Amino acid sequence: MANIPEELKYSKDHEWVLVEGDVATIGITDYAQESLGDVVFVELPNEGDNFNTHDAFGSVESVKAVSEIFTPVGGEVVSTNEDLNDAPEVVNDDPYGDAWMVKIKMDNSGEADGLMSAEEYEEYLKSEED
Amino acid sequence: MTEQKLKQTSLNAAHRDLGGRMVDFEGWDMPVQYPAGTIAEHLRTREHCGLFDVSHMGEIHVVGKDAIEFVNYLTTNDVSNLVDGQAHYSALTYENGTVVDDLLVYRFGPEKLFLVVNAGTQDKDWEWIESHKADFDVETANASNDYCQIAIQGPEAESVLQKLTDTELSAIKYYHFEEGEVDGVEAIISRTGYTGEDGFEVYAASEMSRQLWDKMLEAGGYGSDTGILPCGLAARNTLRLESAMSLYGHELSDKITPLEANLGWICKLKTEFIGCEALRTQKKNGLDRKLIGFEMTDRGIARDGYDVYSGEEKIGVVTSGSPAPFLKKNIGLAFVPPEMTDPGREIQIDVRGRRLAAEIVKTPFYRREK
Repeated sequence: MANIPEELKYSKDHEWVLVEGDVATIGITDYAQESLGDVVFVELPNEGDNFNTHDAFGSVESVKAVSEIFTPVGGEVVSTNEDLNDAPEVVNDDPYGDAWMVKIKMDNSGEADGLMSAEEYEEYLKSEED
Repeated sequence: MTEQKLKQTSLNAAHRDLGGRMVDFEGWDMPVQYPAGTIAEHLRTREHCGLFDVSHMGEIHVVGKDAIEFVNYLTTNDVSNLVDGQAHYSALTYENGTVVDDLLVYRFGPEKLFLVVNAGTQDKDWEWIESHKADFDVETANASNDYCQIAIQGPEAESVLQKLTDTELSAIKYYHFEEGEVDGVEAIISRTGYTGEDGFEVYAASEMSRQLWDKMLEAGGYGSDTGILPCGLAARNTLRLESAMSLYGHELSDKITPLEANLGWICKLKTEFIGCEALRTQKKNGLDRKLIGFEMTDRGIARDGYDVYSGEEKIGVVTSGSPAPFLKKNIGLAFVPPEMTDPGREIQIDVRGRRLAAEIVKTPFYRREK
């Protein structure tokens, strides 16, 4: 069973969001990394880039496939996790911790409220499996 | 859309028991990877030993007075060069020289051949073969469901398999085979594979597959840090790509001739076979495109179907592209014009809208030390 931390918010595209003030830290979920398999490449945006909600802001590649990552909230990229350039496998090892991908200063700081809770995401995964 | 029921090999339950992630591959329910993951499976095969269920491949018997003549008529390689107990790589070709399928031809005797064809093409191959046999004194049988095929590959494959058989494996040369027993089960033991490593492909009755599979895992020390690992289709693909072996539907198809795919060595153009005229003409007139290997020099991964550029000019397309887990590079195969195939040449790959630099390199990318 996929690990789903209680304190995070979740998108249908299998991103997680940690909200601190008006900054959202975004990564991909345990379920997403497990589905991808061995992650070998992570492509992230530049600081200062602006994205609308649901825009693709980067990609994660496993041996087998490419998967785009979408931002569940709109705003400006204030920080990216450059460590993932050299150690993409961290996405498999620690998807909710060291493998955070970007921090976005939200245009609308309430936007993350509309995302799924841990409980709702767990239900969503179950419905996806059926 | 109606949902088609996926075909299963006789090892389907074994894959599930081992935690294999099952996917639809050409209509077959097959493991793409096991819990160890593709990279671990790939590296274990290069460094120690890997086990692959390839029972989805098709097997066809061709027996009778004209067996050799018939298969020579169908395939590009020259079957009359084979001796008993030897196999070779070959291709079934259409009149226009493009490829019905690539295959292995085994010679058991002057009137007994055994063809091993791809999973996704076996029905088409069987129909093709059947439709050409009228003028030949041969009998054919589609034995695909009767056989399991298990590939044990890697530098330790021989020592692991030797624990289970009295057949002296060291005496079997590359692309030769012996009929013997593995763990008391009648089997064809063939020194062949699709990984670029030493190893064997073992054919046996499908109902015996689980016993053989489990015994090979046990003999290979499955569960230890350097023991055998079951390997899924993803590792099978990266292993064959590092070795620059063709995959039907990618480097070969009904739109591609073997000459274009660097398989001139399996086309014996002085012999007569379906498509030989077209291939002779193509050889005489020169090729329009040729398969090359490349390594990415920019950060990025080329994938199947991406366009290849030389400056502003689109010059070809990637047939297979992937990270190479052992070489730790991003590699690929692509068709480009024949005058642009020189190693060291820079090309660009269109990676989802970005042109990333790559360099043409000699193939195979990986060659094992002998």
